[in-house]
Amino acid sequence: MHYSGLRVLWEGLTGNVGWKPAWRNPDPKAEYDIVVVGGGGHGLATAYYLAREFAQRKVAVLEKGWIGSGNVGRNTTIVRSNYLLPGNEPFYEFSMKLWEGLEQDFNFNAMVSQRGIVNLYHSDVQRDAFARRGNAMRLAGADAVLLDQDGIRNLCPFLEFDNARFPIRGGLWQPRGGTVRHDAVAWGYARGADSNGVDIIQNCEVTGFHIDSGVCKGLETSRGKIRAKKVAVCVAGSSSRVMERAGMRLPIESHVLQAFVTEGLKPVIPGVITFGAGHFYVSQSDKGGLVFGGDIDGYNTYAQRGNLPTVEDVCEGGMAILPMIGRVRVSRMWGGTVDMSMDGSPFIDKTAIGGLYFNGGWCYGGFKATPASGYCYAHLIVNDEPHPLAAGYRLDRFRRGAMIDERGAGAQPNLH
Amino acid sequence: MIINHPLLGPRDAAEFTYLGDAALIDRPDWQNSEAVNQFHDYLHLRDNPAGEHRELWFHEHGDRSWLVVTRNTTTHEITNVELARDVALASGRNQ
Repeated sequence: MHYSGLRVLWEGLTGNVGWKPAWRNPDPKAEYDIVVVGGGGHGLATAYYLAREFAQRKVAVLEKGWIGSGNVGRNTTIVRSNYLLPGNEPFYEFSMKLWEGLEQDFNFNAMVSQRGIVNLYHSDVQRDAFARRGNAMRLAGADAVLLDQDGIRNLCPFLEFDNARFPIRGGLWQPRGGTVRHDAVAWGYARGADSNGVDIIQNCEVTGFHIDSGVCKGLETSRGKIRAKKVAVCVAGSSSRVMERAGMRLPIESHVLQAFVTEGLKPVIPGVITFGAGHFYVSQSDKGGLVFGGDIDGYNTYAQRGNLPTVEDVCEGGMAILPMIGRVRVSRMWGGTVDMSMDGSPFIDKTAIGGLYFNGGWCYGGFKATPASGYCYAHLIVNDEPHPLAAGYRLDRFRRGAMIDERGAGAQPNLH
Repeated sequence: MIINHPLLGPRDAAEFTYLGDAALIDRPDWQNSEAVNQFHDYLHLRDNPAGEHRELWFHEHGDRSWLVVTRNTTTHEITNVELARDVALASGRNQ
């Protein structure tokens, strides 16, 4: 069913009885060419591009819970391509370009809103670092504008410019950054994959890998055995647990990232704002709630809930740049389990086991990468060669000394 | 989380910083012919279980001791706290 304004009008006039489920709910078949493990944003995007761009006809996505139940429905919805390093920036800019055409491409309103993202700087040194990053972004074809304090005042007059400890001197602005409705991304990719012939199998947990002389031949699942020529794991947050069943150890720790939403306000915050002296980022949803977050809690956990010291730290960061939110009540806060890798960058790679592929390690920034991650992973699975834009995201990069350490923090996952 | 420090009693986890997998106590021998591989695994391939996890915490805002904490990563329940020094000595590091 094609969605359009005309369709909405017609259904509205005829009692809305013609709408059908956006995707089927099939039983698993005995065999597929490619099985994607994990029906989050990245897994669904992978299946969508496998079917649509790479003409794969026998593809299934296995999801342990239901579509949209994981991190794709738990993040702070920010999209941006403001990275520094050559291994990252072209990849994230590719993702941004895919976001820009996504809704027309999969015929679903994902509410892509390019309302801009501004990273504030508070010192001369930080300004120089942001100028360098802006130049790197522009070299990779992204947009970046270095604003002085007057520029920031025009954009966000409500900030605390004269904070005694961290006065706001300016910021790096990416006008094409913004937010995307996260659930709609999952639903749009699921619907798009399904309409291109992909079987989306929910409530189906992978319990084991069938590995025969170093080659992965299929999967044991809670809904029976499934044979597959290629198995593509895409379960960020649970990567270590799932890949352990294939006998692999990963350079990944699982951590919790908390996020917060306040009560609804009238429009006050024009885009995404990030604090340069602490870790705090905020945007305003279309319903009016301020959506914000900060650092990960910093210890290994799968609990999907964090602790109060981090809540306090995030709220202090908010108060440092936005004293006006001091009286706003937080209505909800939650935690999501994230794959923290040893250099803060992800993996899209083959494994040492034949026919087994791995995508994960997205740290707390996987949402913005969803389209490019799916596209590059699909390219890798079909061609057995990494996509040029994701060629650095290899599992053996620590052994080769080819880390992509955007933060420069070394092999310490809770510092990235 | 409250960490029951062996010397100081119950302390708020906010006083501590976290390093990770307690296996980081056992640094490989740099003179071993396999040292390159051993250091790769030591630094990058750490335990990441869902369940009981032995991990290093540093009492930065306290007595600056290193602790080995046994904590459940699905419930945050802490079942054992030892001084890292005692753990290292017990494993024969004084020889």
